[in-house]
Amino acid sequence: MVEQPLPYSTKLPVALPSRTVRIWRERIIASILFLAAISSVVTTLVIIYILFAETVIFFEKVMEMHQESLFEALVEFFTGTDWSPLIEPVGIGILPLLSGTFTTCFVACCVAIPLGTIAAVYLSEFAPAKVRELLKPILEILAGIPTVVYGYFALLVVTPFLQKIILGVQQFFNPGKEPWEYYELPGFNMLGAGIVVGLMVLPYITSLTEDALQAVPLQLREGSYAMGATRLQTAIRVLMPAAASGIVAAYILGLARAIGETMIVAVAAGLQPKFTFNPLEGASTTTAFIVSVSLGDLPHGSLEYQSIFAAGIMLFFATLILNVAGYFFSRRYREVY
Amino acid sequence: MRSQQHILNNLRNPIAIAASIQSRKRWEQFFIALGWFSLLVALLTLVFLVSDLFLRGLPMLNWKFFTSPPSSDPEEAGILTAWVGSLLVIFVTALVAIPLGIAAGIYLEEYAPKNWLLDFIEVNITNLAGVPSIIYGLLALGFFVYILNWGESILTAGFTLALLILPVVIVTTRESLRAIPQGIREAAYAVGSSRWQVIADHVLPYSMGGILTGIIVGISRAIGETAPLITIGALTFITFLPDPPIQNEFPYISFKWIWSPFTVLPIQMFNWVSRPQEAFQVNAAAAGIVLLVLTLAVNGTAIYLRYRFRKSIKW
Repeated sequence: MVEQPLPYSTKLPVALPSRTVRIWRERIIASILFLAAISSVVTTLVIIYILFAETVIFFEKVMEMHQESLFEALVEFFTGTDWSPLIEPVGIGILPLLSGTFTTCFVACCVAIPLGTIAAVYLSEFAPAKVRELLKPILEILAGIPTVVYGYFALLVVTPFLQKIILGVQQFFNPGKEPWEYYELPGFNMLGAGIVVGLMVLPYITSLTEDALQAVPLQLREGSYAMGATRLQTAIRVLMPAAASGIVAAYILGLARAIGETMIVAVAAGLQPKFTFNPLEGASTTTAFIVSVSLGDLPHGSLEYQSIFAAGIMLFFATLILNVAGYFFSRRYREVY
Repeated sequence: MRSQQHILNNLRNPIAIAASIQSRKRWEQFFIALGWFSLLVALLTLVFLVSDLFLRGLPMLNWKFFTSPPSSDPEEAGILTAWVGSLLVIFVTALVAIPLGIAAGIYLEEYAPKNWLLDFIEVNITNLAGVPSIIYGLLALGFFVYILNWGESILTAGFTLALLILPVVIVTTRESLRAIPQGIREAAYAVGSSRWQVIADHVLPYSMGGILTGIIVGISRAIGETAPLITIGALTFITFLPDPPIQNEFPYISFKWIWSPFTVLPIQMFNWVSRPQEAFQVNAAAAGIVLLVLTLAVNGTAIYLRYRFRKSIKW
């Protein structure tokens, strides 16, 4: 059968909108989508604006209160060791909050970095496929637990456990005293909180490090095996240097999470700002301070209201620098191969 | 050079070779043990955390616990206001975050020209994903509560959490759009579809599985989030429910509830944990069980969905 050409004026079963209508509809849709995409930039701008605006008012008030210049106020802010914006005389040295944040983060890194790296190397290079498939969802579960539950865990499980260990160690080395004569770990301490923050960060570090190791091309492994290296030697001397920027990015992002972690430290590390680097003591971190102030009745425009923004701006810039550094490190390792 | 000579001499000695292999094997065994130890730490954390919660809190979990408001008597206290509050806040969060996140993801993946603006937005989203949640609380306190004057309401809380989970939704939307083969788009264009028709009729339906997974992961994060809601001034002790959204009289649907003060499950748990009385720890554990089961169930759904969609689609 010979195919007939379509008649010249075939009508479509549906009426199509005109070309102009189509073009305009497309333009409107595209601009709505663009506005949605831009919302993330707007969010960042609003965050920066709010933090700056309130911090400026904070410093104005402090300058008025202490009768000092902006320079003196800034020096006091960055070098003072007394943070007590809520009680007279007002102390605005940020160092106690930074020391608390640093100490808990240090403890957290001591837990998360070695354990996370070893677990990642094991999962990536040694573990049978079945073990890996089984353990990855479990690590995801750990990452999905609400942090307030971790805070409960730190306060009611880890700290009592640490108290027993510390008492036991003392009794072992220095026996024969009554139990109350030994040093007792306080109920709120940065050690327990830091360990739990480390456990919370562990899944992130493991999974990012494992991704970085997996991204190393197979030829590098084969080359190393061909030279007679064992899996462990290959992992440590070939794969880890090859994936170095990805692994560093994993550490940096883990650190950023540890710095920003709030509920664990607010529940378990204590809420009293204290300039100390001793993890056996309780102290307040930047985030815990913000929570403790927000819990009270916070009058808008009071000095304590602005003080949480002044503390927040430190936190924001610390994590901003770490996040950007992490982003560029992970980008570099992607571009190598 | 002497050490190289030493190695070469050793290589000629079969006993030395055997010893070297032995020692390397031992190191490898040691490392495997170390790997298991590290994983065991993670597993034991999970086991201890869950078992402690259940041992302490399970006796408290009964019908009464879900239907009574908090109280100063630990025996009487329940989580009624907390779970209703969580539900309403999450509802607002989903309503804001889902359309906004999907739209942003579509723009960035399908429309945006590859230039500095796209780079800038990308770095920005990566950074927002890493901003500590409490900073979102400060943003909400300064902007939603005092500049827009929304007060310490469910609306403020919903928007705050929506902004918080937006990066997750955007990133997963982009990833699942990227997974759709280019041929699908080309085929749709070839029959005369416009760009939006290609996306709405083809790309979006095919990538719905991945997008859904991202939304669910984000929602589960929002359920457990505490700090930003404390910052905006969510009450830790609240005994009344918000206005019901469905009314008996015309117009039957009321939006008064979005302005009402609220509490949510994680804040209720935080409140109980930080009380000095021992008896409240039991309540905290019980609330923890509810929170854990809820977030794990939601997360589990996401893992299952991802698994199913990865398996079922073959291009």
